Amino acid sequence: MDLSAYFHLIGFNGGWGLQLVRAGLMTLAVSIAAFGFGLVCGTFGAWAKLSGGRAVRGAADFYTTVIRGIPDLLVIYLFYFGGSQVLTSLGHAFGAEGFFGLNGFMVGMLAVGIVSGAYQTEVLRAGYLAVPKGEIEAARAVGMGRMLMLRRIIVPRVLRFALPGMGNVWQQVLKESTLISVTGLVEIMRQIHIGAGSTRRPFEFYITGLLLYLLLTTVSGALFRLTETWSLRGERRGAG
Amino acid sequence: MDFDFLSDTMGKLLAGVPMTLELALISTTAGAVLAVLLAVARAAFVPAAWFVRGYVYVLRGTPLLLQIFLIYYGLGQFAWVRDTILWPFLRQPYWCAILALTINTAAYGAEIIRGGLQSVPAGAVEAGRAAGMPRLLLYRRIILPIAIRQALPAYGNEIITMVKATSLASIVTLMELSGIAYSIISETYRALEVFLCAGTIYLVITFVLTRAVAGVETWLNPHLRASRT
Repeated sequence: MDLSAYFHLIGFNGGWGLQLVRAGLMTLAVSIAAFGFGLVCGTFGAWAKLSGGRAVRGAADFYTTVIRGIPDLLVIYLFYFGGSQVLTSLGHAFGAEGFFGLNGFMVGMLAVGIVSGAYQTEVLRAGYLAVPKGEIEAARAVGMGRMLMLRRIIVPRVLRFALPGMGNVWQQVLKESTLISVTGLVEIMRQIHIGAGSTRRPFEFYITGLLLYLLLTTVSGALFRLTETWSLRGERRGAG
Repeated sequence: MDFDFLSDTMGKLLAGVPMTLELALISTTAGAVLAVLLAVARAAFVPAAWFVRGYVYVLRGTPLLLQIFLIYYGLGQFAWVRDTILWPFLRQPYWCAILALTINTAAYGAEIIRGGLQSVPAGAVEAGRAAGMPRLLLYRRIILPIAIRQALPAYGNEIITMVKATSLASIVTLMELSGIAYSIISETYRALEVFLCAGTIYLVITFVLTRAVAGVETWLNPHLRASRT
């Protein structure tokens, strides 16, 4: 493989550089949105499993079991096609004509978010259970209200224990975001596929894609590790 | 609810189950063999350890869909690949999907097995040596049984992940469960019903697998079973 021809192909000087950067930003944006939505789902899921009544707990168990037993691709199809099915019939019910659908970004955010929320539920639940009971009792003993205790004690402590697991969920979200390319959203996977098809040099483009994802997973992995070290700064060191 | 459509869809989808199971079975089996080789190579000597580290880093740091595309669309670009005896295989989406799934699961599997091997207590190995066990016997009687017990739950999760990952093979035109589901959805635009059927089938498969792995776990850990009194 001729390296200078390769750099011309993916470079900014008449190459595909600009499109690839734009696609990279799209991957990041949709992954962050999905991760955020997953965090919301996971918070509700963990809350339901920890303190809900039987019905609420059952619903949360159903959510995590079903989502973890079904391929993510199927969930994306559900939102992509099912979203338009529901929205169009809703639109007709309100007298609007024509066809409505979710765009690729929304589909990706909702579908990948809901999937990652199921994993996030377990991560946050385990994080809460790892908080020593004495700390919560101490907060109650000094007379903290529920919200103050949540803000000052529970959230910081749960996050500290859940951070490594959340890092894993993020990596998973980043890699699953490739599946959103089936909706036509131009993120890295889609852009690489377009480039490969129109230049007839698939190998170079897919290798570039591989490098881009490695860059994203490596840098964000390092950021999570830094945050983890930072979150442990007040912690007493155990053995080792 | 339209039960005729549901049962009709169910019938069409069930025809895709053998392909899904076949993809999962071949790639997890081949992947497990490769994973053991990688884990052993990593423990054995230094240059191999570096190679295995790089392999695991690249395969776990990149999306599976991209790996499938690289093999399916990327390799055929080179004339020398098209001249090898492997080309009749590599031109078929079926073998490309199996190859990609295999090398992908091997990377995760190698890490799981490494974790299992590391969990073997040094004292157990020393005791085996002190009793005069040769290396192979030591592996067979002491190291592997402990390591497999330790690694099994994680490996069970990996197998379930693989069953779900076979759905990506539908993107390179294979008509397994998800591929059939997609074609029915795009013909009828009844995504909810099709999702219900396909989701149920996947759930049954993953549920049976989970129970099977749990069963093997109980069987391998007789010392943890509640004693019958």
